[in-house]
Parts: sequence; structure tokens; C-alpha cells
Amino acid sequence: MSDPVATTAPPGVHSRLRELRRAAIVPAFNEEHTIARVIAELRAFDPGLDVVVVDDGSVDGTARAAAAHGAEVLRLPFNLGIGGAVQTGFRFAFERDYDVVVRVDGDGQHDPAQLGRVLGPLLHGDADIVVGSRFAGDSASGYRSSRSRRIGIRLLAGIVSRIVGQRLTDTTSGFQAVNRRGIALFARDYPHDYPEVEAIVMVHRHRLRLLEVPVEMRERGGGRSSITALRSVYYMVKVVLAIFVGLFRRNVVPEEGTE
Amino acid sequence: MTPLAVSIAGAVASFLLVLVVLELIRSKRLRERYALLWLATGIALTILSAWRDGLNTIAGWLGVRSYPPAVLFAVGGLFVLAVLLHYSTVISRLSDQNVLLAQRLALLERDVRES
Repeated sequence: MSDPVATTAPPGVHSRLRELRRAAIVPAFNEEHTIARVIAELRAFDPGLDVVVVDDGSVDGTARAAAAHGAEVLRLPFNLGIGGAVQTGFRFAFERDYDVVVRVDGDGQHDPAQLGRVLGPLLHGDADIVVGSRFAGDSASGYRSSRSRRIGIRLLAGIVSRIVGQRLTDTTSGFQAVNRRGIALFARDYPHDYPEVEAIVMVHRHRLRLLEVPVEMRERGGGRSSITALRSVYYMVKVVLAIFVGLFRRNVVPEEGTE
Repeated sequence: MTPLAVSIAGAVASFLLVLVVLELIRSKRLRERYALLWLATGIALTILSAWRDGLNTIAGWLGVRSYPPAVLFAVGGLFVLAVLLHYSTVISRLSDQNVLLAQRLALLERDVRES
């Protein structure tokens, strides 16, 4: 978290990256207007990055647009929700033996140009999972949102920070980089519905190292947020329940040999 | 007034329901999404059973004078109805998805055979 905010990738990120098998998982639900730009920006950041778009049962031209721009497209037969879609990508990465996976949303709110920051600690071996946070460091000013949503995000961050014993500011961020250990874990087990908060607690319980780095996020480029007002209440209750029940699960020791 | 034995039995049974649901979630045999209604059922019945004055008052509102625990049955019944209705919608969604999967599989199988 002490990483300085740099607009460009930290030195060495690209040279280290080049030796690795790397993929970008892009979950997309009705994002035909933004998906092409996201793919292009990912390519611009790193031409050797395999872009895997997981089309979560879109009813528009998302899959067609993604394929036309050279992405690998995994088309789900119906909408699984963000958790199921992202895990599809992790299973793909696990089976194809990728070393590094970055997760970037298909709506354009994550700026691939900032992947250098998110990848930095991972490539230096400082973390197994790195989360780009809207609120860490000085980047808080760049993010606008409804007040209730901010309160919810802060509340979750408080609960999760207590549990994992590490100060986290943005537990709902899907802008992440994950190494082989993380890919193996997520391919096997990943939370449903809105997965990020539970995933952080799960990562902690499996003793993987998680680090937050500051990023700036953009306004959503299109589509609309999958979290509406009524759903967010259900979401809060469900996530808090899942977190606390999850604390009583055994079988949280990291399994060797999954890599 | 509700007999004390009824209050105790009701509270214990409802609280057991809550514990069983939590254990089912813990052991991953029940997803949180489908557990919430059951938890609400268990918690509402636990409160109504243990809070004897409250049960009496509510029974009074509803015009139940002879036997207040009847309200427990009514509330329990309503929650069970809600759970059943919810499950009907879940089953409907699952069968729709199942049809879609079978159709996709048929198309896929044809493609695999042709290649």
C-alpha cells in the first residue's frame, strides 16, 4: 500500500511480464459499445496479453464485437452473474496454465493503462493478489458515486479490514491481478453473485498475500451498473452473512501442489 | 396468555432452525441466496416465541383472544408459503436454463461430430 502513485508502469514490469503467460479476464454483460475500446487499451498496454472476454449471457452484440477485435470469447449460455462469469475466466486460465491473470471490467471503468501499478507487486513477488483501490492513497478524489453506495463500500471495507487484520479501502474493486496460486484457488472456489468482498476474506483464510494499490477509475463507459438500490440491501445482508459464516469453515489451509 | 411450555418449545425449535440453516451454509450445502428466507423465518419465530408480551399484543390486534400461540402457526405458515413461492420461481428459472443447456448441447454435439 506504500507504493507511490505513478502514472506509468513501475520499472521492470514490462520486461518481467514478457517472460510470463498472461491473460486478461474481461467479464462483460451487454457491453457492446465499450468492449472494443477495452480490448484495444489492453493490447496497447501489453500486446502479448491474451484477452479473454467472458460474455455473461449478453443479449446485445458483445460477443460479436469482442471476437471481431481478436479477443478469445467465452460465451455463457445464460447470465450467471459476475461471480460465475469471472470464475469461468479463472478456470480457463487454470486449464491453459497461465502465470498471471488481470481482471478488467468490460464496461470501461478500469483503465488498462494503470495495469502497471496493479501488476507491480505481483511481479515482484510481494503479493499473490493485488487489488486496485479507488480510495487508497490520493486517488479518492477521482471517484464519484452515490452516498449510500459509498457508505456501503466503506462499511464493508471496515468489516473486512478487521477480519483480515490489514487495512483495506476498496473491497468491491474488480480491478485485480492474480498469480498462479490465486488462479488455482479461484478456479476451484469462487463466491457467487457479487464476489469481490467474499473473495478477499477467502484469500486471507487460504493465507494468500493480498495487497491494495491506488488506482483511478473512470466513469462507466456504457451499460448500467448491475447493482440497483434494492439489490444493494440484499447484497449487503448476503455478503455480511457469507463473511461471518465463512469464518467458521474449516479446510482453509492452503493446499500444496495445486500449482 | 401463552402457556410457558409453548413459549419455550417454540423458541427452542425456531432457534434450532436458525442453527441448522447456518450449519448448512457453513458446510456449503445451502447457498446464502436461498438461506436468507429460512433465516428470516427462524429469527421471526424465535422472537415471537420468546417475547411473550409481544405475541399477546399481536394476537390482540388480530382478534385472537382464546389462544395466542395460534399467531405463531399463522406466521410460520406465511413464511413457509413465502419460501415455497420463492422456490417455485427458482425451479422455473432452473428449468428454463436446463432447456437452454440441452439445446446448446445438441448444437454443439452436431458441430463436434461434423468437424
